[in-house]
Amino acid sequence: MTGTTGAPGTPLHLAVALDGAGWHPAAWREAGARPGELLTAAYWAELVAEAERGLLDFVTFEDALGLQSAAFHQPDDRTDQVRGSVDAVLLASHLAPLTTRIGLVPTTNVTHTEPFHLAIGIATLDHASKGRAGWRPQISSRAADAAHFGRRTTPRLTEEDVTDSELIAKRLRELFSEGAEVVEAARRLWDSWDDDAEIRDAATGRFIDRDKVHHIDFQGTNFSVKGPSITPRTPQGQPPVVSLAHASTPYEFAALSSDVVHVTPHDRAGTGAILAQVAEAVKRTGRDVTSRPLRTFADLLVLLDEKPGAAARRLARLDETAGAELTSDAEIFTGTPGELADLLLDRHSVGLDGFRLRPAALPHDLTAITRGLVPELQRRGAFRTEYESTTLRGHLRLPRPVGRYAKAG
Amino acid sequence: MPATPRKQVHLAAQLPGIHNVTVWSDPRSGSQISIDSFIRLAQTVERGKFDFFFLAEGLRLREHKGHVYDLDIAGRPENLTVLSALAAVTTRLGLAATVNATFNEPYEVARRFATLDRLSGGRAAWNVVTSYDAFTGENFRRGGFLPEADRYTRAAEFLNTARELWDSWAEGDLRADAATGEFARAGAGRFAHHGQHFDISGRFTTPPGPQGHPVIIQSGESDAGREFAASDAEVIFSKHNRIDAARSFYRDVKRRLARYGRSPDDLLILPTANVVVADTDGEAAAYAAEISRELVSPQTAIAHLEAVWGRDLSAYDPDGPLPDIEPEDDAHLLKGHSVFRKGRGETARQWRKIAEKRNLSIRELVIEVGGRHTFVGSPRTVADAIDHYVQSEGADGFVLVPHFTPGGLDDFVDRVVPLLQEKGVHRDDYTGTTLRDHLGLSGAPRPAGWGGPTARDESDDPDEKEIPA
Repeated sequence: MTGTTGAPGTPLHLAVALDGAGWHPAAWREAGARPGELLTAAYWAELVAEAERGLLDFVTFEDALGLQSAAFHQPDDRTDQVRGSVDAVLLASHLAPLTTRIGLVPTTNVTHTEPFHLAIGIATLDHASKGRAGWRPQISSRAADAAHFGRRTTPRLTEEDVTDSELIAKRLRELFSEGAEVVEAARRLWDSWDDDAEIRDAATGRFIDRDKVHHIDFQGTNFSVKGPSITPRTPQGQPPVVSLAHASTPYEFAALSSDVVHVTPHDRAGTGAILAQVAEAVKRTGRDVTSRPLRTFADLLVLLDEKPGAAARRLARLDETAGAELTSDAEIFTGTPGELADLLLDRHSVGLDGFRLRPAALPHDLTAITRGLVPELQRRGAFRTEYESTTLRGHLRLPRPVGRYAKAG
Repeated sequence: MPATPRKQVHLAAQLPGIHNVTVWSDPRSGSQISIDSFIRLAQTVERGKFDFFFLAEGLRLREHKGHVYDLDIAGRPENLTVLSALAAVTTRLGLAATVNATFNEPYEVARRFATLDRLSGGRAAWNVVTSYDAFTGENFRRGGFLPEADRYTRAAEFLNTARELWDSWAEGDLRADAATGEFARAGAGRFAHHGQHFDISGRFTTPPGPQGHPVIIQSGESDAGREFAASDAEVIFSKHNRIDAARSFYRDVKRRLARYGRSPDDLLILPTANVVVADTDGEAAAYAAEISRELVSPQTAIAHLEAVWGRDLSAYDPDGPLPDIEPEDDAHLLKGHSVFRKGRGETARQWRKIAEKRNLSIRELVIEVGGRHTFVGSPRTVADAIDHYVQSEGADGFVLVPHFTPGGLDDFVDRVVPLLQEKGVHRDDYTGTTLRDHLGLSGAPRPAGWGGPTARDESDDPDEKEIPA
């Protein structure tokens, strides 16, 4: 397969998902890990600088309004895995002045956090990064997180529910639909100031043209937002929205709300099948992908070593430390950067726009991506050799949306 | 015998925000939203060895006569997000954010301040404000549900709950011990709070930063506000910038501390101040007059009058006399603004009296009653006045609000700060790394919390300039 790029002429996009010491639960115990520094600014600054050296489109930051847990649906009392986190939007913003090109995509909760706060936080990140913000809205799937807020209760998933993505999605369907409303409210707030609302007209004494700042009057099922935003329109107009999806309901969420969807196929055939499901959801929602493209990324959890067989041996060692075999919603890849390049280009040819790689151990698998995989893809003419734009929308080749309230001319 | 050491002057800076102290028409006035403006001002005051950089908050754009108010600078970022960015490009400067306790929940606010304290290496501060304003509430799920009386108890309980969350991780709970495989101590972050306003429990995500708790700031001046500051806060902002009133406020607030087992140095009193500095006193006075005039355009003069009169006065000539019609005391044309909520009829009568006595036009009157500049003069005059103010116990320092962004404090930092340093009342360099160090609070006991009704009593937006009657 070497040398082929997928859909002819379409660039391949690469993102990295940063989380803790990496995506293997025992990664924090590896020799190269810095487990005592996972909640420090310096640790993250180094990781993101490395990702930017690799010319990646963006990095994502995981987050939740509760401690990490080995169980999908409830907290645990384990002490042998990474626990503790910092707010992802603030972390991304901290990294903005320390980087110049890479997109910064924090995860936030859209079940408990006020939509208005979410919208101004992401807008501020876009200002702080001069157009490199993205946003990964996530619903709260743990009922225990609701008790941290005390404002509402959310469905309590059972052991049986969590065995099946479709079951989970069904049980949380209302939260997904509310999440879509939150994204819609945020997008309206981002549009609530026209690009040219600030006029500084000394003659009339007006700082802004009030006809270019708009109430959004958003009325959702469970909440309403009057607007306008307190934050003027941002460099990207609307920062790209990114979501992870494993089932029909989240595909529909992505079709309604996202600019980039992360999916989790486990092979070539599965990739085609999931892309068909996403396309169907797009059709169902009536989205016009010519004006509002939806970029599709596949997630892969990766262990990379130059030496054949080394990555698989490393996984075995990590599993032994963890006392359990690694499981993931995403496909787990062990191999060399060259083998991963083969796989990515093959999947790209099925129609995926790009990939979000989850490094199993940091910094090892991140540097293997930036210094092994990326040069390999570049050699094959399949990945950028320098950044060609300064914004995340630019990297993703997504058009900058016109403010919906702005009058033409 | 060594002389009594002179009191140190604590300095903070506020980015001019959504108010009428910013001369946006000044050609030097740059973007109020570009990150470069924030970075430039923060780095300037860090060069001047200021204690902290402060951002006010306003969660809804002001409206006047049913339209977005268009005469003042408008448009601001989310505070903690922008301060987290500034933490990356400063190394010592404290970073203070106003965050409303009405439209937020303790878990999230505690988490975000713990994050800022971590990212900044111990430089976070929280100005706790509340609102019961239904107008602002229209932007939130919560809406404007809170009765005015309840917002005080809610704010106090909010702060106490946040403290419980910060304390939910003990020193050493984060083990990260690869050899034994223990990452965190069992039960780290566990909390339960069952109170009148908050009934929450579970696990908190974020081990606190170097300060443990961010520095707590309070900005109310009522009796309840002062008491709350004495029991709960480490800095209190005030609007008293006349030295006699400031001294009596200072004495009163400091006197209250003993009741809570705290010493006078455990709470710093920092009034907001405007500084106009020029080569000579005469030039500074002329510049100050020019600023006052620039701040009140003819349109602004009419809008201020309408806010007091509660009726449309657009037919009046800003260069003519005040209206002889009576105010509509119940009509509020200006929303999302703290000024003129009460006693507008009386204000109108007083204004009319001043205008008649001194033969002032509408615009001249609004300029006259508008904010006076706190310190005006040559660098030497200003440095002497600031030092005198602090040594005579009118304040522990000041929050300086420049007239334009981002270069508005350049002159102060370049010309006044060296004189204060020469006097030995302002640090030559930082001696500590955390904001608590800068404020001299490192050895102070943490406020015990919950001393009674709390929080800001007049405004959600401490940068609003009160126009005195």
